[in-house]
Amino acid sequence: MSAFTGTGRLVRLALRRDRIQLPIWLLALTLTQAATVSSVVGLYPTEQERVALAISTAQSPVGVMFNGLVSGTSLGATAMTQSFMVVAIAAAFMSTLTVVRHTRQNEETGRAELIGAGIVGRHASLTAALIVAVGANVVLGLLNAVVLIGNDLPATGSFAAGAGIAAVGIAFAAIAAVTAQVSETARGANGMAAAAIGVAFLLRAVGDVSGKVVDGGVTLVSAWPSWLSPIGWGQQIRPYDQDNWWVLGLLVVAFAALVGLSFVLTAHRDVGAGLRAVQPGRPTATPGLLSPLGLGWHLQRGVFIGWAVGTVVLGAAYGSIGDEIEEFIGDSEQMADYFEQIGGTAGLTEAYFAATLGIAGLAVAGYAIQALLRMRSEESAGRVEPVLAASVPRTRWMWSHVAIAACGAVLLLTLMGLSTGLAYGLVVDDVGTQTSTLIGAALVQAPAVLALAGLAVAAFGLLPRLAAAVSWAVLALCVLIGQLGQILGLPQAVLDLSPFSHVPAAPADDVTALPLLALLLVAAALTAIGVASFRRRDLAMT
Amino acid sequence: MTTAISVSGLVKSFGQTRALDGLDLSVATGEVHGFLGPNGAGKSTTIRVLLGLLRSDAGRATLLDGDPWSDAVELHRRLAYVPGDVNLWPNLSGGEAIDLLGSLRGGLDPKRRADLLERFDLDPTKKARTYSKGNRQKVAVVAAFASDVELFVLDEPSSGLDPLMEAVFQDCVREVKQAGRTVLLSSHVLAEVEALCDRVSIIRLGKTVESGTLTELRHLTRTSILVETARPITGLAELSGVHDLVVDGRHAAFDVDTHEIGRVLTHLTSFDVRALTSTPPTLEELFLRHYGDELALETERAEAAAR
Repeated sequence: MSAFTGTGRLVRLALRRDRIQLPIWLLALTLTQAATVSSVVGLYPTEQERVALAISTAQSPVGVMFNGLVSGTSLGATAMTQSFMVVAIAAAFMSTLTVVRHTRQNEETGRAELIGAGIVGRHASLTAALIVAVGANVVLGLLNAVVLIGNDLPATGSFAAGAGIAAVGIAFAAIAAVTAQVSETARGANGMAAAAIGVAFLLRAVGDVSGKVVDGGVTLVSAWPSWLSPIGWGQQIRPYDQDNWWVLGLLVVAFAALVGLSFVLTAHRDVGAGLRAVQPGRPTATPGLLSPLGLGWHLQRGVFIGWAVGTVVLGAAYGSIGDEIEEFIGDSEQMADYFEQIGGTAGLTEAYFAATLGIAGLAVAGYAIQALLRMRSEESAGRVEPVLAASVPRTRWMWSHVAIAACGAVLLLTLMGLSTGLAYGLVVDDVGTQTSTLIGAALVQAPAVLALAGLAVAAFGLLPRLAAAVSWAVLALCVLIGQLGQILGLPQAVLDLSPFSHVPAAPADDVTALPLLALLLVAAALTAIGVASFRRRDLAMT
Repeated sequence: MTTAISVSGLVKSFGQTRALDGLDLSVATGEVHGFLGPNGAGKSTTIRVLLGLLRSDAGRATLLDGDPWSDAVELHRRLAYVPGDVNLWPNLSGGEAIDLLGSLRGGLDPKRRADLLERFDLDPTKKARTYSKGNRQKVAVVAAFASDVELFVLDEPSSGLDPLMEAVFQDCVREVKQAGRTVLLSSHVLAEVEALCDRVSIIRLGKTVESGTLTELRHLTRTSILVETARPITGLAELSGVHDLVVDGRHAAFDVDTHEIGRVLTHLTSFDVRALTSTPPTLEELFLRHYGDELALETERAEAAAR
């Protein structure tokens, strides 16, 4: 028996388990690409319009940070500036979740033991997970290429774009293969992989923002940090402009190295174990644990601390770049005119911070949903049963998790404002004002975050088995509306569905109380519905 | 005699499946009540309804004179529960989990906790993720027995315990019984039920099929008799209540309905009995009698459906 015996069967098992999930991912990402391309074709039919768009995007640090590279003015190149990063990052998440689901999650639940006792080699499980993830990315790449060709774009560029998206996804599949060996829990492995995606995004953001604009303003040459990021590599293929196929070589090398590492790690640990031996715990509980809130915090603190660290790093990175934006304006009178034009009275820096805090708001909503869905995983794992069979009211158990998620989200936003403000304040020598302004601006996002959190609570109460799917799908929709809503030319009614569409763009715009109060009301109502429904329903153990 | 648990006509459906179909159960205060049934009969569903974790569709359930759903929090102060499948928080130690479960139901006796840890030979510093099934079970059992409560609801509590620990567990049940507490014990280990229970209820497909003391239940079933006589035995086959009769001259082996045993013995004495052994039915036979028929019937049905 070789170490890979049984891989084929496990691939079939994984495909059977993912028969709904993966097609939804592929369909959603392909549709996103299709919608973006066709609206770019509709909105920017002439070369002149596309040149104007390219120049303005390349000159805006906000545009560069969130859209990525500007590289050429052909229809295809313009579409890629808008869609490549969103689709590639989503492909990265699809890959990491898939790999962890078929490796560490199986070990955590004990299914791996059942499988490993069969005629199955040591590396079969990981290999099968990677085959499924790589296969899904290849299909995704092909579907994207087909959609692009369908919009009358050149075939070479379309395949280069598809390959780039697939390659980013595949690189993160390999990263998840490593995190699945390191962490003992699926949650931890997914968290580490998501952090890796965040770092990759940030590295290329720094590299792209500090890059040089050449070719009359329509091509951005990234600085070196972009070349440290798999997402950056995908972008450097520059489809429809340079079609740099050789960049795929970097992704192949990284994939091979990471997969090799993960195999070595698999061979050096026991099934079910992480890399570290389990330390003995306390023989008795500390008083702090002995309440529903204490237990809730014990369960939630790891996730919160991870997010807090990520938030502080992200805020500090955003804040320290804020300085370059100031210099950017100082250099060019044209730029100042340009920003006065689009930003009205607000300055470039304020617009930049409003955009970054908007992204932070979406990210923190992700934290809130993750924290609230802990209720569901506690329920389905059967761990709520002994708690509620003890003398704990359902509402008290639920409120303890809701309180932790809500306070955690507000605290993360505060940390985001604080670290952005501190970093920016230090470089412009104005810590006091900047810190308080940016903390205030970050907290403006809180009502929208809480509204999405309220939706997750309501979903848990009303549709426990679908709570995770519903909550994440709504967040994905909000991200899509925020990132692509304008370029897709979605009607206002659709844009208004996202609570984040109603948040004033602080610190650039004035803060008005009405939308914020309305969002808080929605949050409170949804939470009340969720709590009331949970009080009335059966525990759903499966 | 007061009643600790009283259930009548309980119905609970999950979609198309009718898990409980008019179930009755009565547990007197101070008794150890065995709750028997094959997998999927509805034992855990009944217990979850009694704990207010599931809401019944119809029927009446009273637990310690309260309503299991609406008075759940108050009632749970007075009972301890050991789930059939103990799921613990992977990164809590066993000791932490015991303290947590105990304190959530109103505190536990530290001396008793220490005593039980020793008797069950459980290391409280190990993280729950490293515990075997049996050790997770012990955590829940220790947390339950270290609590000062009136009612113990135990759902297959000893399913992962080794024979030594099984003996310790049985001692614990006897101790709480002596202290006048009530125990509802759902179990598959028939020897355990026979050793511990005052009364048993047997359920099948969500309905109670038998309920009573073991003696009463035995009365409903057959006793095996082996007999040797001085003269050849005749006429046994004609007696009512005699089954599976094998006669070989002066030897006979047969089962007899327990309520007919007197008449059969009178008949046998006329042949001058030399030796006689009478074996009362074990709980296992009781159980198999109920489910053996059912199994045979279901197999037949399945075969019929397959054709």
